Amino acid sequence: MKGNEAIAHAAIRYGCDGYFGYPITPQSEVLETLADLMPWETTGMVVLQAESEVAAINMVYGGAATGKAVMTSSSSPGISLKQEGISYLAASELPALILNCMRGGPGLGTIQPSQSDYFQATKGGGHGDYHLIVLAPATVQEMADFVALGFDLAFKYRTPAMILADGIVGQMMEKVVLPPQRPRRTDDEIRAQCPWAATGKGSRPHRNVVTSLELDSAKMEVNNLRFQETYRRIAENEVRYEEHFTDDCDYLMVAFGSMARICLKAIEEARSQGIRIGLIRPVTLWPFPSARIAELAARVKGILVVELNAGQMIEDVKLAISTPEPTVHHFGRMGGIVPNPAEIIEAFHSHYPEAKQ
Amino acid sequence: MKEEIVIAGFGGQGVLSMGKILAYAGLMDGLEVSWMPSYGPEQRGGTANVTVILSDALISSPVLDTYDTAVILNQQSLDKFESRVKPGGTLIYDPYGIHRAPERADIRIVPVDAMEAAIEMKNSKTYNMILLGALLACRPVVELDAVIRGLKKTLPERHHHLIPLNEQALRKGMSLVEK
Repeated sequence: MKGNEAIAHAAIRYGCDGYFGYPITPQSEVLETLADLMPWETTGMVVLQAESEVAAINMVYGGAATGKAVMTSSSSPGISLKQEGISYLAASELPALILNCMRGGPGLGTIQPSQSDYFQATKGGGHGDYHLIVLAPATVQEMADFVALGFDLAFKYRTPAMILADGIVGQMMEKVVLPPQRPRRTDDEIRAQCPWAATGKGSRPHRNVVTSLELDSAKMEVNNLRFQETYRRIAENEVRYEEHFTDDCDYLMVAFGSMARICLKAIEEARSQGIRIGLIRPVTLWPFPSARIAELAARVKGILVVELNAGQMIEDVKLAISTPEPTVHHFGRMGGIVPNPAEIIEAFHSHYPEAKQ
Repeated sequence: MKEEIVIAGFGGQGVLSMGKILAYAGLMDGLEVSWMPSYGPEQRGGTANVTVILSDALISSPVLDTYDTAVILNQQSLDKFESRVKPGGTLIYDPYGIHRAPERADIRIVPVDAMEAAIEMKNSKTYNMILLGALLACRPVVELDAVIRGLKKTLPERHHHLIPLNEQALRKGMSLVEK
């Protein structure tokens, strides 16, 4: 099935309580598949096409405040519209899952694949000092798996998580093994899991108030210090990455999402000619696998960062490496153009001509 | 085994669904598969293409620069993909609507009069299955039986009565190559 379809199936199977969305290419199959599967008749999951992206994220905000497992999905221009709501979710310490199936920007741009929302996803996106947990799937299987992972991390740390996919992994079809169906949590289970949630006062001595507003600066700073402590714990415990051919590599490529797969094909070709390139694919873009990249950098002669953008993740790669060596170069295509493996190899050789012996 | 295939033509000719049925057939045969479409406004006219990879090992890139086999249904696609067939590869094309025939000498070029055959079968919707039959005759990457099982999987039940017609079209396509 398609990556977008896998997201929909996985959401139902996770026991997701609500999906609120608005159609936009290349991710409309998420909403379409949910409408087709009609989970409101089986698990009781709410599926709603909102009047706009802004409405959808605020429905997520409301659902999340009550401890429900809620999500939304969109593509780049729609995700820009959601940023206010995402910042509010982060400031209110609410778990939620957001899928961005990226297309070429800026502006309305194109509907073809892109990775040009890396900065937006990993550096905050909305206003204020916050981070999202950002997962970058490279396969349809990961599209399915990261729904559960994203929700679990979001609830564990009480912070929104984002699946940062692109038009390739959203639109392509491949094999996928779906997780088993889990029941949705009961109201009692939600009250036990989320003692902070607005579930009705009940026998509690106090009301739970969910808000991002705190006019007392001293208290707001305390809130911020708590957010930062959460981010520190996430950075310490939740870094994920995948490596290929890094045992013996002379050069290293760094790429995420579908670009990592195209790089892997390029690397396989290069290796058949005796050029030893390795690949590291950050699976979490935030937190970023800086320590591992620094370790690998110490062993290689050069690094090529390959992205569907003008050079965004390369900044984090350079920050990870504190030494002037090895050199770090970038290759990217923009606006929805996807390079093929041959182009990547050509770019590699143009930066590292000595690799040909 | 690894077969990297591109199917390209006009939107509406059944390019994407032909690729999908081929991918499902691969799945039925226990292969790793990848199906990467062009997903722009092509579906409503203009050129559309799909990359299908069938392999007995894990597939890395769903995006390719060269192909083992190309199935070409219009002139624009021929212009775009002829040079991208690997030496020794196969190019299958329908001469209907082609005004400049493929010229390469280092690949196998197979013209298949699929449009004519579809008209003969009095059903234009058999067009892509005739071509898929031709592809399987040239490159037997999956069993015919797996394609039928793939059809059963992809077609909604209310259309299952059309499977015998599709099988007929597949066999027709195979016979066009054997001739």
